[in-house]
Amino acid sequence: MIRPGAIAIAGAAETTALGTIPELSEIGLHADAALNALSDAGLRPRDIDGLACVGPMRPQMVAHYLGIIPKWVDGTAVGGCSFMLHVRHAAAAIAAGYCSNVLITHGESGRSRIAAMPRLAEPGTLAGQFEAPFGPLGPPTLFPMPVLRFMKTYGVTHEQLAMVAVVQREWAARNPRAFHRDPITVADVLNSRMIAYPFRVLQCCLVTDGGGALILTTAERARDLPARPVYILGSGESVETPMVSQMADFTSSRAFRVAGQEAFRMAGIAHGDVDHLMIYDAFAHLPLYGLEDLGFVGRGEAAGFIAERNTAPGGKLPLNTNGGGLSYTHTGMYGMFALQESVRQLRGTAPAQVPGAKISVCHGVGGMFAASGTVVLGNEPG
Amino acid sequence: MSTIKDPVTKGQPPRPVPTPETQHFWDGTRAGKLLLQRCPDCGGKAYFPPRPFCPGCGSRRVEVFQASGRARLYSYVIHHRPAPGFTPPYAIAVVELEEGVRMMTNILDCPQTPEALELDMPLEVVFTRLDDAIALPHFRPAKGTRA
Ligand SMILES: [Zn+2]
Repeated sequence: MIRPGAIAIAGAAETTALGTIPELSEIGLHADAALNALSDAGLRPRDIDGLACVGPMRPQMVAHYLGIIPKWVDGTAVGGCSFMLHVRHAAAAIAAGYCSNVLITHGESGRSRIAAMPRLAEPGTLAGQFEAPFGPLGPPTLFPMPVLRFMKTYGVTHEQLAMVAVVQREWAARNPRAFHRDPITVADVLNSRMIAYPFRVLQCCLVTDGGGALILTTAERARDLPARPVYILGSGESVETPMVSQMADFTSSRAFRVAGQEAFRMAGIAHGDVDHLMIYDAFAHLPLYGLEDLGFVGRGEAAGFIAERNTAPGGKLPLNTNGGGLSYTHTGMYGMFALQESVRQLRGTAPAQVPGAKISVCHGVGGMFAASGTVVLGNEPG
Repeated sequence: MSTIKDPVTKGQPPRPVPTPETQHFWDGTRAGKLLLQRCPDCGGKAYFPPRPFCPGCGSRRVEVFQASGRARLYSYVIHHRPAPGFTPPYAIAVVELEEGVRMMTNILDCPQTPEALELDMPLEVVFTRLDDAIALPHFRPAKGTRA
């Protein structure tokens, strides 16, 4: 196993603009973020010998566009948490000596849809045969499918689920780059436009343009580079099913539990060691599943934990401090932005800085509870 | 703002395309039967969606059998935006069959409201013909329990 802290993030940046970027295509967003991260790390494209990006043919597109000659490539594409898996795979590759400096890029024209990845459902797949004919229309109809069962099992109220969006907007208000910054109330959430009951528009993620990039290298090399190193202490990954209707337990994600437990085990940390937490919030229920499945609270306790302001500014477990996918940004694959916020918090440069944050857990989801990746980061090598 | 701009498919309601491994299921719905599979090596445990082996133990020695068609409403959303082939608001549901497996479906003969769609309400299967090749398994409140 890789020693915790052996590999570090030496460069991290988002696209120059975020939100609505009509002047860049998808590949342009990758490149803008990559150049910003290279600048952050004090490196040039020729210094990069490993490359990871999401999806079919993307590594060769990005390598060619940026002039990179990789000898290690990862095109893992399991949805919005793919970047957590890239970090995990890259750390292993660097530790194994396959490459020295890995660039992980994300760019998505989710809002402007300029040369974007196609979104197609293949009608012969199992999802095409056994879900699509019943009228789902993308994530807003599929992701909330388990919510009513979760609510009934644990007695969660609509007001508690609204509080997730309210608290995250409080964090977003402190962040100049957040897409939405105006305060909202529980009543605002519960009176907003219904999308797919039980969720209203303020409980669904944004759709934006943007990107981000990370550069990983050995801890030794990172210490010679200009940016403050953020060390990879542990990581985990898993998948469950591409069909939300077939998840084994509607009140808990198996992929979350597998990825989270492995990341904590590798890092050798306890929950009380965690100063800062990111849980990919494509929809308002995800922080509930994340808090419970990662073991920060018991089963059925997360809704009360959030409603009692434990994750809000000033609370004991700061969560989604950039405003999250609900208020900060969500290009379609938000995991990169969760990682960026964890890095900012550990460098001490976040707009809503958690004082003295030393350990951050960054937890992602891919598809509709289909996949998961968890990364434990620290600003000391462990 | 918080909506997906592209529909998953355009125009027509999505029509399933059977594969060799699932053809028996669609032959069944066309004949008014809800067919599941089970594994004798796993105590006859039923599984879904169809595949020619048991996802519990990997055995290829599996059987097709007819389900009772009785189910309960397990979870759902009520979609409020237009989708090809559907008139909003409409519920997209997951039901749990008496045999233990769950499947996505729509609930017919029932108001598409949170008040009428009560979790765990008993349901029964009904088949909706799309064309000569495909009938979809839908569910409706079981007789005598209509909301
Ligand atoms: Zn078996």
